[in-house]
Amino acid sequence: MNQIPVPRDIPLPMPAPEPLLVVVLVFFFLLHIAFVNFMVGGALISVWYEIKGLKNRRYDRLAYEVASTITANKSIAVVLGVGPLLAINTLYTVYFYTANALTGTFWISIVPLVVVAFLLTYAHKYLWHAMDGRKGLHIAIGAASCLIFLFIPLIFLANVNLMLFPEKWGTVQGFFSALLLPNVLPRYAHFLLACPAMTGLLMVWLFRRRSEAALADTGWRRDELMRTGYRWALWPTVGQFFVGPVALLTLPTTQGTPATLMGIFGVAILVSIWMTLLMFVETRRPAARIGGSFVSICSLMVVVLGLMGAGRHVYREAAVAPHRELVRAKTEDYMRRVDEANRAAGAAQRPVRP
Amino acid sequence: MDFPVFHLDVFGNRGLIAVIAVLHVLINHGLAVGMMPLVACMEWYGHRKQDPRWDRLAYRILFVSFLVTTTVGALTGVGIWLSVSLVNPYSIGSLIRVFFWAWFVEWLVFITEVCLILAYTLTWKSWREGAAKRRHIRLGFALGLFSWITMAIIVSILGFMMDPGNWLSENTLLSGFSNPVYLPQLAFRTPLAAAMAGIIALFLIPFFVKRADPFRNEATRAVGIWTLLFAPFVVAGGYWYYSVVPAAMKDNLAVSTLTLQFSGWLDDFLWIALATVVAILVIVQIAIKRPGLLPRVATVVPFVAILWLTGHFERVREFIRKPYIIGQYMYANGLRVEDYALLQRDGVLAYATYSNPLTEAEKSFVPASLPEAERTAALARLQKGKDVFMDTCSRCHTTHGVNGVAGHLQRMFGDARWTPDLTADYIANMHNAQPYMPPFPGNKDELGFLATYLEQLQGNKAPVPGAQQAGVAIRPAGEAKLADGAASGPTAPTQGARK
Repeated sequence: MNQIPVPRDIPLPMPAPEPLLVVVLVFFFLLHIAFVNFMVGGALISVWYEIKGLKNRRYDRLAYEVASTITANKSIAVVLGVGPLLAINTLYTVYFYTANALTGTFWISIVPLVVVAFLLTYAHKYLWHAMDGRKGLHIAIGAASCLIFLFIPLIFLANVNLMLFPEKWGTVQGFFSALLLPNVLPRYAHFLLACPAMTGLLMVWLFRRRSEAALADTGWRRDELMRTGYRWALWPTVGQFFVGPVALLTLPTTQGTPATLMGIFGVAILVSIWMTLLMFVETRRPAARIGGSFVSICSLMVVVLGLMGAGRHVYREAAVAPHRELVRAKTEDYMRRVDEANRAAGAAQRPVRP
Repeated sequence: MDFPVFHLDVFGNRGLIAVIAVLHVLINHGLAVGMMPLVACMEWYGHRKQDPRWDRLAYRILFVSFLVTTTVGALTGVGIWLSVSLVNPYSIGSLIRVFFWAWFVEWLVFITEVCLILAYTLTWKSWREGAAKRRHIRLGFALGLFSWITMAIIVSILGFMMDPGNWLSENTLLSGFSNPVYLPQLAFRTPLAAAMAGIIALFLIPFFVKRADPFRNEATRAVGIWTLLFAPFVVAGGYWYYSVVPAAMKDNLAVSTLTLQFSGWLDDFLWIALATVVAILVIVQIAIKRPGLLPRVATVVPFVAILWLTGHFERVREFIRKPYIIGQYMYANGLRVEDYALLQRDGVLAYATYSNPLTEAEKSFVPASLPEAERTAALARLQKGKDVFMDTCSRCHTTHGVNGVAGHLQRMFGDARWTPDLTADYIANMHNAQPYMPPFPGNKDELGFLATYLEQLQGNKAPVPGAQQAGVAIRPAGEAKLADGAASGPTAPTQGARK
């Protein structure tokens, strides 16, 4: 039977009310992850269409349109990730830093990996026309950035999963063993499906508002492009109805996993069904009417994302709350002893020579 | 440190932070804070003179800056956080508790800055005429301002780490933010960033303007003037900054500028630094007076020189605050000054949650021929020694790699056997001889354990894995019970309590 470690926390008060930190964490993380979805989904779809474009140039132009969105989305994704990182550092100091350290090599490799992936996306976008005669190499550049983009989420997922389970901290040996903990891979599959789904909606938004003149350059009709976007949104979302429950059911049981969690995800599933039906209807609509439900679909997606974020937070709290009480008690006990030792030594604020 | 110990035993933990942080500072100062106003000035000047050559040059320099700042620049900024949270989680965790709102505001400014650089770059070719162009120029100056504000906030935290000032007694964000080193450091970094941008632009101009084009001389001269204009402010800011560095930290300068073994060469180093500054100034002077005589290769000199000087400055700044990582509050080993009375009485291991399992190479130090009980006791002693090393030394030192303890012991004691008596006596007093070292935080028993661990390093040169490779063991709860016998600390549930 493994003992659960109870480390002590940083003995400084929280700098902000906890609910505010939770809002920053949950709200901005959702924004961050939406842009990450656009970035990863955009990279995958772009390369896929570029490959199809080898036979049919129309697809190459579509691939370029999608690729043009990635570089701005990736900058926004990075900058929006900083706030949640700050909040998680503050709210879950002990848990987050411990998971970081236990997967440290891969955790820090996020920096060079993302840099390389970003530079490749720039090369992919800005050398598109210059490398027209070297399509194979150009596709390889895009594919390389996709592979890196596909790997990086595994590092994050391994970390945020490991942080919730102190009982695993003494058994994990590096990133790969953290990766094999329950729930990481189902959540990864959940994330992967979200990428094309969200990017599909982005494509609809993008082509829905584009001028006729700009559309003419692509060689595609507006309704074709919107329908394509909806298909990217629809089928991965259908896939989520299978992957989502697996991700939910493989969550390790926590003490007192609340019924609210099931309630939240239950509502999310119902809203998702409604949203998926609307997407399906949109793909079948005639050119004149396509896009009529776009605002409703986006609104429902925002509700689903909000419920997912809330559900995750409820679970996270349920997972760490009992342990956090132990950490708090240990920290207080430690500080009491520090005060007592300093009083005894009569040397507070000054080091004692051994 | 009450976290699993991330450790890079060859490269060194500080090296990881240094590489990321120095790279970030060079990009932030040279290509963002200093470069954005310079680019906006070029665009404004070109618009005023109705000279499209300035516009083209400005856009090309901006594009390079855009590519680098939104990739390496942005990620190394996040990377500083990630690396410090691995290497010294207590320090970054404490800084976040103090400076949360400063960082939060900085993040909002950073979002604005990223939106502005996206807008500024992506609208360059569409906002070309009349009011749109004027708006675009204003966008450039706004971008410069927001880049500067992000630096102005972060510099406060850097100053705080050198001298927290009144925060030590008042514990408020304002008292921490307004630390004594803040404004002088900002006064130094601001013109430094502008001058760096000028030097980088001098380096870039030959790539974008052909030698035969007379505009190359014109642009070189103008950028040279920009650079030289800020030079006196760099000197004045630098002097002000130096004057507020706490006296104890100035004593560390000799070691910080070079490595320990070359610390006697401080004078030589200062001459090299002076020669570097003079070389920069001479080439900038030529750029102004005789730009036509300046070959492309010559612009490499100030470019490399300013990067070297700035990188070295950051290294020195990081080092001289030792033995502290947060002045007067937390030592470089991640232990608070206030904790010392307790830890030196009860021992650091009494309050350590994690243990770092011995490697086979370390275990081989204990002869297999020993009777079982003796061998077990010896291994236990070695294990404690390793835990003391990892918890109290490994934030700055490796075993045999960069800044390795074995190297220091070899230099001091040579090939003589590093007996526990020899090394323990030295460690107990090292902070007196070397003021950049924190006092040993553990008790006398732990000093002995550590000395035993150091002894085995003389024959064992295998790298020590950190928690990221070997994982950690959880110290038995009984061991963590306190030296005074009280058991009022919380007890951990066992794994059986949770599925």
